[in-house]
Amino acid sequence: MMTPTTEAELAEAIGAATSPLRIKGGGTRVMPGAGEGLSTRGLSGISLYEPGALTVVAGAGTPLAEVEAALEAEGQMLPFEPGVMRGLLGTHGEPTIGGAVACNASGPRRVQLGACRDFLIGLRFVDGAGRVLKNGGRVMKNVTGYDLVKLLCGSYGTLGVISEVAFKVLPKPETTATLIWRGGTFAEDLQVMTEALCSPFGVTGAARGHDGDVLIRVEGMAGSVAYRSAQLRLLAGRAAARIETDASANDALWRDIRDVTCFAGQPGRIWRTSVKPSDMPAIAALPHRHMVDWGGGLIWTLTEENIDLRAQITAPGHSTLLRGCGAPLFHPEPPPIAALSAGLRAKFDPRGILNPGLMG
Amino acid sequence: MDMPTPKAEIIAKKARVIGLLESVLPKEAVIHHEAELRAYECDALTAYKCPPLAAVLPATTAQVSDVLKICHQEGVPVVPRGAGTSLAGGALPTADCVILGVAKMNEVLETDYPNRIIRVQTGRTNLSVTGAVEEDGFFYAPDPSSQLACAIAGNIAMNSGGAHCLKYGVTTNNLLGVTMVLMDGTVMEIGGAYMDAPGLDLLGVICGSEGQLGVVTEATLRILPKPEGARPVLMGFDDNETAGACVADIIKAGVLPVAIEFMDRPCIRATEAFAQAGYPDCEALLIVEVEGSEAEIDEQLEVILKVAATHNPVELRQSKSADESARIWLGRKSAFGAMGQINDYICLDGTIPVSNLPMVLGRMNEISAQFGLDVANVFHAGDGNLHPLILFDANKPGDLETCEAMGAEILKLCVEAGGCLTGEHGVGVEKRDLMLHQFSPEDLDIQMAVKDVFDPAWLLNPAKVFPLTVSAARRAA
Repeated sequence: MMTPTTEAELAEAIGAATSPLRIKGGGTRVMPGAGEGLSTRGLSGISLYEPGALTVVAGAGTPLAEVEAALEAEGQMLPFEPGVMRGLLGTHGEPTIGGAVACNASGPRRVQLGACRDFLIGLRFVDGAGRVLKNGGRVMKNVTGYDLVKLLCGSYGTLGVISEVAFKVLPKPETTATLIWRGGTFAEDLQVMTEALCSPFGVTGAARGHDGDVLIRVEGMAGSVAYRSAQLRLLAGRAAARIETDASANDALWRDIRDVTCFAGQPGRIWRTSVKPSDMPAIAALPHRHMVDWGGGLIWTLTEENIDLRAQITAPGHSTLLRGCGAPLFHPEPPPIAALSAGLRAKFDPRGILNPGLMG
Repeated sequence: MDMPTPKAEIIAKKARVIGLLESVLPKEAVIHHEAELRAYECDALTAYKCPPLAAVLPATTAQVSDVLKICHQEGVPVVPRGAGTSLAGGALPTADCVILGVAKMNEVLETDYPNRIIRVQTGRTNLSVTGAVEEDGFFYAPDPSSQLACAIAGNIAMNSGGAHCLKYGVTTNNLLGVTMVLMDGTVMEIGGAYMDAPGLDLLGVICGSEGQLGVVTEATLRILPKPEGARPVLMGFDDNETAGACVADIIKAGVLPVAIEFMDRPCIRATEAFAQAGYPDCEALLIVEVEGSEAEIDEQLEVILKVAATHNPVELRQSKSADESARIWLGRKSAFGAMGQINDYICLDGTIPVSNLPMVLGRMNEISAQFGLDVANVFHAGDGNLHPLILFDANKPGDLETCEAMGAEILKLCVEAGGCLTGEHGVGVEKRDLMLHQFSPEDLDIQMAVKDVFDPAWLLNPAKVFPLTVSAARRAA
């Protein structure tokens, strides 16, 4: 395993490579493929944090926990709520901020505030030819040139190895409340989540846990949270069973959704499916175990090892196979899109050495 | 500002190209008479003009595909055009190009409230997207100042922002899917009514690619429930530095206003003379707006006013009614018109880290003195997106050139301060030749490599974004 400690060393390692490299951040995700390991863990540390400008810049190998702790100390947060997948995926290691970017990892707040890609404002990376490149910057409004920041976010190391990332951050809400309904059918529960998200009350989480409880989260200043909780109490003709207002209980509730702890340690394949929320009940009716986030837009499914969930879904959208083998990790793309993606990979990684074959 | 020499062999076959275009479009959708082409010779960057070879106004995605196939086969450059409101010259033609306007494609195709999306043809104006859903309590968040006129097609091409993007993000954060036609006529669907990409985020790079990767004909946009209410507060300060510090402290205090707008004295005076909004005569003025129910607004404003009070404001004006809110916004909203009344001006669009605001405003005054032209500032302070207006006299020989040179200095200053050349207007031709101040040749090469994949012949809007010397080899190939 190569572990460069500077961007120049990273560029040298990639430039000198003559065979495939397997790019590794914290190692909490399962990434099939062969090749010499190349870790970003040596590129660690926060290089700039300006709370008044809502901006943080860090080396790709910086532990996510380190970034979150620094933000916490100033009452701020990474808005996209990236998860920690090691429990679900049975891995070890420490998630890194660069790894979150490479996977566009986004948790429950994605439904309202946006994904990792929406808060990533700049990055530096080394392409497959060993060139050190940058795109975006450290300001939150920037349309100077093409937005390669978005393209690299979620590219799983196949377009370049990310060395540094810059984010827009947000104030951490001072108060959180979660309204909890006892589960009904998936269609009834979708209705609760939809009414919540169509309300003007700034819902920042709308999920249905594996136990069937529907969770609706509101965050902000204390008076506002109390007001909005009261306004949201009755949805789709059903009253919330209770409202959780304890801070650490709320953290635990949403950590379970974010990290999909309900499927941890369970055998089988784990699928992450993104669809139009109204298509959720039909998918949740398939005879597997499901957990729903993003108001119905995200479905986590645990199937037996031999099941190809994609073959059972007709709705537009996509499924990623997070755990399990025998099927492609990423949703197959229609030919014109696959051709563009392959063309881009060939430009960014002309020798085909960065996680080859991982995305297509 | 240079443009590539138009290709004589293309101009020579104008009749043939028009014949081919008329074979796939209704005759009235192909514009080629000199007088009619004047309407397409520039966009809102009116300093530069050039009539195109022809302009076409297709009505369907299939027609767009037919047009592009013909131009591809004939080697004719195509410049896509939304509503022509670009301040960066994004839709500036060359004499050998076909302008492809999407103005006839302005239908709402689908409104879906439970899934909080709207699908539109991209010729539809920004404001009329909100217009289609507001009676039902929804809105489309990106709100560029030109929203009455500008088209979604141009918003996507430039990744447009607006006053409220501190909270709601810019176009790319509110775009879920597109129907796009490649230069060779291939029609493709990217994304849809679901979130995030299954593989590489192509949508992310298409948005903001200034019409150089494909022609977007339909878009799936995220719509949001309208907040219960909104209310601004106006603050006046003795100097820019204090106002800048106040912005940072408001953000640090943990409240996130939907907008923080900044005006400096030259701008305050001009708008006051024009709109009589009753602004205080001070060095710097902030308008801070928050959203929510009445009680929620009070709760947030209490924090904001407490922060403001520590910066010794010369004025703190809370709105107590819709009328008062409108008056607070009146001056800000008429700022550009007011400046236009007293002077010709060019509007810059650099972004800087908010923390460097006082330094940049100070340096800007020095540059202003050096070049002998006045500059007025009105901008989105929360996200550091500056809009310096440089005042000049279009009738005075050499003034425009001085003004452009001064603009370039200010934009370089933005980059040096840790920011960028353009926050929401786009590069177009206006900032094209400054790109090497922000990017290395390799940084630009990898961007151009993206265009190589989408448009290998470099026929789509080829003379924009990248300095001509940097893109020369690719355009010639």
